[in-house]
Amino acid sequence: MSLITAIRETFLGFKSLLVGLRITAREASRPIITVQYPRETLKMPARFRGHIKLVLDPETGKPRCTACTLCAKACPSGCIVLDGVKREGDKKKSVSKYELDFTTCSLCGSCVEICPSDAIEFSKEYNVVSLNRDTFENMDLYAKIEAEARAWSAAHPAPPAASPPPAAAPANPTAPASQPLNAPAG
Amino acid sequence: MTFLSLEPIRVLLYLVGICAFVGANAAYLVLAERKGAGRIQRRPGPNEAGWAGWMQPLADGLKLLAKQIMVPPGTDSLLFRLAPLLVMAPPLMCLVTIPFGENVVARDLNLGLLLVFSFGSINVMALMLGGWASRNKYAIISAARVVSQNVAYEIPMLLVVITLLMMTGTMSLQEITAQQAGGFWHWNLFKLWVNPLMPVTFVIFFTCMLAETNRAPFDMAEAESELVAGAFTEYGGMGFGVFFMAEYANIVVGCCLATVLFLGGWQSPIGILSSGAWGLLWFFLKTYALILTVIWIRWTFPRTQFYSLLNLSWKILIPLSLATLLLTGAMMKLPLLWRALS
Repeated sequence: MSLITAIRETFLGFKSLLVGLRITAREASRPIITVQYPRETLKMPARFRGHIKLVLDPETGKPRCTACTLCAKACPSGCIVLDGVKREGDKKKSVSKYELDFTTCSLCGSCVEICPSDAIEFSKEYNVVSLNRDTFENMDLYAKIEAEARAWSAAHPAPPAASPPPAAAPANPTAPASQPLNAPAG
Repeated sequence: MTFLSLEPIRVLLYLVGICAFVGANAAYLVLAERKGAGRIQRRPGPNEAGWAGWMQPLADGLKLLAKQIMVPPGTDSLLFRLAPLLVMAPPLMCLVTIPFGENVVARDLNLGLLLVFSFGSINVMALMLGGWASRNKYAIISAARVVSQNVAYEIPMLLVVITLLMMTGTMSLQEITAQQAGGFWHWNLFKLWVNPLMPVTFVIFFTCMLAETNRAPFDMAEAESELVAGAFTEYGGMGFGVFFMAEYANIVVGCCLATVLFLGGWQSPIGILSSGAWGLLWFFLKTYALILTVIWIRWTFPRTQFYSLLNLSWKILIPLSLATLLLTGAMMKLPLLWRALS
């Protein structure tokens, strides 16, 4: 009786080993899921929270921000400093300086939520790195949006009546913030 | 040709050839192992050195060679230095009598099988010496484990081999291969009319081979998560590298032996095309299929506990191999008895 049980158990045990081998064989035949990081990067999901950035209006090629300072007031750690000027021909003020202290930012998203003109969003940059602290203490978001605006106007040759996009920024003390390699374009 | 057929030259050529084969083979099996582990875990494995990482063994080897060989104070320095050599020598000796092809064998001894097993058991002693000479508690625990494990697994392995010997009637590996000529249904693995449990004996042999070569899931000698690195704890640089090479050389010997004993050696599976270079091709095809299975098994099963390892041998494998031995004997001799009586 117990001999039969022993034989049965041995047989079942061997079968379970074969099942294990089948599982690893199946896994081995599936595609590799490693991302070769410096050469390839993952696309961040839609709800990923990188540092905040200003949004360019895709129609006018200007920042949407009206420098209402609601974001600076909403920020619990007070890490946003911004300023705006009223440029000639415009009805509203527009942003002229936007600095983020990323070292104190907790990515809570209050600024994004409160913005009345949807002018701030989370960027998808996750591989931000720098050799000096200043890059993150004074992240010049205005310089970034300026660069974007310039790229926009280069891509859209100016129609005759439209005014050119704002030229040299009045407050632009630091160089453009971190320029990581292979930052995803998103 | 006359120059090449001189005996000393021939022996020298085989010696160099076997050493080169074992070295290159160990280096690239490490890569195959890492690649295989990667595939099973769905990552690419080493892929930076050279195209798809094919230069990785070179980098590993250079790193090991560049390291200082430390003999820690308090160890038995003679035995400590001797152990890697002793562990490397047996597989080299075993390969002498393995027939790789119709005419490719260093020495076709008529007791080849006996030679392989007698040298195979020196391996245990070398590992034990290495552990003992290290004067390290992990190494000594590992040495004790290696000995009890190898003693436990040599018995079913030899019982299986005796079963085979009863069938073949010869210990010459070349003759055993020659007996399996003419298609895969003539291989010992499928000689079901001699013993219907032949595939079971193959599984027993393969399991014992895994245990004898201290491979996962039976890698009690180098149980890195519990015994640091077992018997190799105190070894660094090429000392460690030689132990590693010896492990792979032992796997190659074991798989070669399994190929010769069960899978028809250099005989082709279809009955034709088994002479000359074709024989070599078939032999290596079969051997490497077995070696890849060994790697596959390593990355599938976790390490067994020590008592279940011994239980497997004493409670399952030894009774099973005894049963196959008895069955083979009965099936071979009972018809003769019947004929004599009637």
